[in-house]
Amino acid sequence: MWIWLLGYLVLMAKITAVLTAVMVLAAYLVLVERKLLGRFQVRYGPNRAGIYGILQPVADGIKLLLKEDLVPEGADRAIFLAAPAVVATTALMMFAVVPFGPRLTIGGREIPMVITDINVGLLYVFALSSLGVYGVALGGWASNSKYALLGGIRGAAQMISYELALGLSIVPVVMLAGSFSLVDIVNAQAGLPFILVQPLAFGVFLISAMAETKRIPFDLPEAETELGAGYHTEYSGMRFGLFFLGEYVHMQVMGALVAVFFLGGWRGPVLPPPVWLLVKIVFVVLFMIWVRATLPRLRYDQLMNLGWKVLIPLALVNILITGAFVAA
Amino acid sequence: MSVYSIFFYLIAAVMILSTALAVTRKNMVHAVLFLVISFLASALLFFLLGAPLLGILEVVIYAGAIMVLFLFVVMMIRIRAPEGSGFLLWHYMGAGGLSAVYVAACLLLIRHAGPGTGAAMAAAVAAPADFGQYLFERHWLGIEIVSLLLLVALIGVLHLGLSRAGRRSGKGGAH
Repeated sequence: MWIWLLGYLVLMAKITAVLTAVMVLAAYLVLVERKLLGRFQVRYGPNRAGIYGILQPVADGIKLLLKEDLVPEGADRAIFLAAPAVVATTALMMFAVVPFGPRLTIGGREIPMVITDINVGLLYVFALSSLGVYGVALGGWASNSKYALLGGIRGAAQMISYELALGLSIVPVVMLAGSFSLVDIVNAQAGLPFILVQPLAFGVFLISAMAETKRIPFDLPEAETELGAGYHTEYSGMRFGLFFLGEYVHMQVMGALVAVFFLGGWRGPVLPPPVWLLVKIVFVVLFMIWVRATLPRLRYDQLMNLGWKVLIPLALVNILITGAFVAA
Repeated sequence: MSVYSIFFYLIAAVMILSTALAVTRKNMVHAVLFLVISFLASALLFFLLGAPLLGILEVVIYAGAIMVLFLFVVMMIRIRAPEGSGFLLWHYMGAGGLSAVYVAACLLLIRHAGPGTGAAMAAAVAAPADFGQYLFERHWLGIEIVSLLLLVALIGVLHLGLSRAGRRSGKGGAH
């Protein structure tokens, strides 16, 4: 009985550690992004709260919690209230299968450094990612506002389209690793990270990942110049905060997936494994922020052309080539 | 009653309740959402019975892809809920009759259980690689037929879309 209890406690400790790290990192990524955007645009960025604006996330959090939680008239109340939670929850739950270190042996007992290692881990990530679409689409629909509805519909169309490219681009990695488990995929990169073997898959995955997170240059669901704020136009207070949190957690998830699939996951010299994973996640996220500061928003037909006529065919050709190599 | 059976009955109750709500809601978006909950519950049931691959496929394909498309269409065409009291008596009677036949068939199956009835199907609880091997060794023809059907549907949609775009611009071709 007590062994079962111990296992339960270890599991809870792992979940707590991962969730805390992800939430704190999300809060500070907002600050890092605003700081970097400031620098890219030759200004300071937030620098009033604490030195270098280091307390800005705390101030933002308090502000979001204290603001009034508005529900617009004519909104579908239950769905309106639940939609932000769907976005944040699905993004957070994806971290359950990301491995952050090799097996740890404490007192003769092996502890896997991952919350759960299911043999369909990769499909689990995609399942949650496709459920995240509901939050965006329903948030837009339930608001009873034309801008929000347009944003929601755009969001759903974009995420469905790019999910295909995202999923197809990862098939060669699965072929090379021979498993859907993220732990096995990291273990398969003991010799060579897959970015060196699969540069094309890496490119397609990274671009699709940016489109999945709905950020500039793929931010049509919330295009400020056309739609107000898109699907979350009518949201205020912490419900808006949950959409925001979901976006930044989603960025981290995509960073973690890029790290796990292509950069060797937690593998690296000198530093401990979780730190290596963190470094790789932050590296990918910083790249996304840099892209955001550099590129303008795509037009809607350009967005769809890129997804359906460039990325998906590229991914399919890549599968064929990899298949030929693996079979040979 | 073990922990597993408690979970089983909880999930089964959620499934039946959400499906019943899905077919009785007049608001189409609510109906779609209750159906999604029902699919998620059946995915959980697969997990509980030790078939994570089938559970995940249920979420990816039904809850994640097909129902999103349903929702998409419902959101775009914005059907007004019809006025009035809703379903007629014979609607309920038809649905009740069909359900009764189904329940009776299930009860008959349970009564006449053979020795292998309760056992899990080996392919269903297998690892993804073994499952794929089983599928393509035993049922390759069926899979090819289904994929051909999907290809035909794909080409059909392309044809319909192209011909309509051609008529609208008066020249033919989308761009």
